[in-house]
Amino acid sequence: MLGEGILKGLAETARNFFGSYVSKDRLTTIQFPEERAPRIEASRNFPFLVYDGTDPMAGLRCVSCLICEKECPPKCIFIEKSTDKKPDAVGKPQFYPSKFNIDVSVCMSCQICVEVCPFDAIKMDNAFELSATDRFDALLFNKQQLAKPNEYYHEIHPTEAAEVDAALAAARAKVAPKPPPPPPPAPPTTEAAAQ
Amino acid sequence: MTTATLPPSATLISQSADSDTQLLEVSMGPQHPSTHGVFRMDVALDGEHVVKLKPIFGYLHRNHEKIAENETYLGSMPYTDRLDYFCSITNNWAYALAVEKLAGVVVPERAEYLRVITGELTRLQNHASLVGFLMQDMGASGTPLMYAFREREKILDLFEALTGARMMCNYMRFGGCRCDLPEGWLAQAKQVVDAFPRFLDEFERLLSGNEIIMARTQGVGVLSKELAINAGVTGPMLRACGVNYDLRKVDKYGIYDRFNFRVPLGEHGDVYDRYMIRLLEMRESVGILRQAMRDLPEGPFTDPKTKVRNFRPKPGEAYGRIEAPKGELGFYLISDGTPNPYRYRVRPPSLINLTVLEDMCLGQNIADVVIILGSVDIVMGEVDR
Amino acid sequence: MNLEQLKPELEAAIPGCRLEIISNPSPSGQHSLLIGPEHALDLATFLRDTPHLRFDYCSNVTGVDWPASALPGSVKSKEMEDGTENVEQDTNAEPTGYLEAVYHLYSMQLKHGPVILRMRTEDRATRVHLPSLTPIWRSADFQEREIFDLFGIIFDGHPDLRRILMWDEFTDHPMRRDYVEPDDYEYEPTAHDDVLRKTMHHYSGNA
Repeated sequence: MLGEGILKGLAETARNFFGSYVSKDRLTTIQFPEERAPRIEASRNFPFLVYDGTDPMAGLRCVSCLICEKECPPKCIFIEKSTDKKPDAVGKPQFYPSKFNIDVSVCMSCQICVEVCPFDAIKMDNAFELSATDRFDALLFNKQQLAKPNEYYHEIHPTEAAEVDAALAAARAKVAPKPPPPPPPAPPTTEAAAQ
Repeated sequence: MTTATLPPSATLISQSADSDTQLLEVSMGPQHPSTHGVFRMDVALDGEHVVKLKPIFGYLHRNHEKIAENETYLGSMPYTDRLDYFCSITNNWAYALAVEKLAGVVVPERAEYLRVITGELTRLQNHASLVGFLMQDMGASGTPLMYAFREREKILDLFEALTGARMMCNYMRFGGCRCDLPEGWLAQAKQVVDAFPRFLDEFERLLSGNEIIMARTQGVGVLSKELAINAGVTGPMLRACGVNYDLRKVDKYGIYDRFNFRVPLGEHGDVYDRYMIRLLEMRESVGILRQAMRDLPEGPFTDPKTKVRNFRPKPGEAYGRIEAPKGELGFYLISDGTPNPYRYRVRPPSLINLTVLEDMCLGQNIADVVIILGSVDIVMGEVDR
Repeated sequence: MNLEQLKPELEAAIPGCRLEIISNPSPSGQHSLLIGPEHALDLATFLRDTPHLRFDYCSNVTGVDWPASALPGSVKSKEMEDGTENVEQDTNAEPTGYLEAVYHLYSMQLKHGPVILRMRTEDRATRVHLPSLTPIWRSADFQEREIFDLFGIIFDGHPDLRRILMWDEFTDHPMRRDYVEPDDYEYEPTAHDDVLRKTMHHYSGNA
């Protein structure tokens, strides 16, 4: 009969509509911002700099090697190397960035800076509720805005952070100064042997 | 065998200009809800019938090819995501394939399987959204579109768990993939793939027998086989005309010769055939996914010898192509030994498929133009680059 | 497709055509055939219509800009020769640069390919005409328009040669290697202005 296809289609729509009251996978709308979907662990938005410990500037892992600046495709990272050095996690003096700016209006979240960093100093953040009232300087993030602690990294990407910590600990154990060897046992006194 | 050279619009215009009526010239302008992006068509109408149609684009031209000449090979990879922004994984794959041909890089087994799995998931979500958008253009007010997007969201969640981003995945590298599957990803993917055929059944029950859809799409926008081949049309649009040319079977790139799948072919070359081809291809993709996920081996996910930084292929050139969801996506690279390519060219399937838009639309009603354009499946990021 | 076997066949079918195999040193093994523009249409028709070749699908048409400095034979320093002044003999010593159109042909019917054809213009300034292969393969239509728009090769015989990506009043050819971006944009300052100023300051110090 004419219209049979349309009626079958209407039956499908009705099934979806009434089904949304009973089954979870038919009602997929989440009332954001009151409800939030669970964050997926790997999701990435803009980069941030990791620091160990409590002092953001002293604990910053970045040694200003400028590799991420060179490899960034849209060239949105601007680094100025410092003139003095500060000790890193194993005590070796390293350069540090006196300025580290990322222009997030240019950044395309491609994650290449994270891939090429040899020091695990820059990682991807997943904060997306960033808003600014100024399209210009407010979207140029500087070192202070970018530095976040290692604990934060563990919160947002736990598996990845655990792997990075294990790798860093292994690397540091190799480089750390070895503990002094135990003193040799005292030789027996010569008077007892001579007598 | 002769080919069609110019579309016959010139003769049609002179015929209608002989009578004392005027042609109506409509610019279906760049801002239009149904033109799939910033795309303009200058249409000359005789009443309701299309007499001339000239597509005009370039509104999204970002000169990706010149940017790539100043970037390293890896630095262009995130830009390829943004070509056909629905299917970033297949764009990445085509580019990685071209560079691997250029540099002679060998891809390990597990990486090939990961590529097939993510590539076929991309094909699923692209075809589902395309059918949704086609129905939206026809006036179905978003219901089929939202059903398709429900499934697409599941696939995008999978991509986010694997690559970190829903759409701009940046997942392929020269020699494999960027990272391996996280815990539980394969189980979640299996769930999505197992639920897909039920979605396809519902979708077909909703749409394929619908009399309005059949009346509006059957016999509309017919493309002949000879013109399709001569105009370089590829992808589902070509197969809807009855030409059996699927690069997964012809070139057998990657490991596609290990999978058992069929290539659906159409008979009439009209919009209804293109719509049905996409539904059938989704079913075949589900079959490939099941086989690939079952046979996924262990091993490295990328070639350890290929450098990430300072990657310099030797001088030479290569053309690598894959069967992207929209057609044949090819990359032509000329290297001169430096870290940046000398010439980087994208062969966009959407642009070449648009060559025959005028031929398909002549004589049809203006309302059909939107549907025919919808069935060509264009994405302006690819057309303009 | 073995070009060594194809070349004598083409030379026999179209007498007088200029053909040269350009080998490709990369592992892809895709060697190309440089054809002279005079017989290009005949060669293309032969490739498309001969039953055992049947290259009915022109997949990709690319433009490449080879300025004189990028060519391998370019002379870096000129030697002054005193005495003889045979100017005509020296024209081959210094290449003038050319524009090139590269065609990738496949066969949908016989499922073989690719055969890669190259056509070169005589120079980059005024003698930039090449025959259009659009009458043979309709897929070259938009792609040749794009090469005209972005490189400046004029295709004779193209049914509708006008700019495709840039707007019609634009005057330069953006993909050439010596293209200089105009700096008279009318735009409002964006973050990049301050950022650009900072980077100019930054890179000029560290260059």
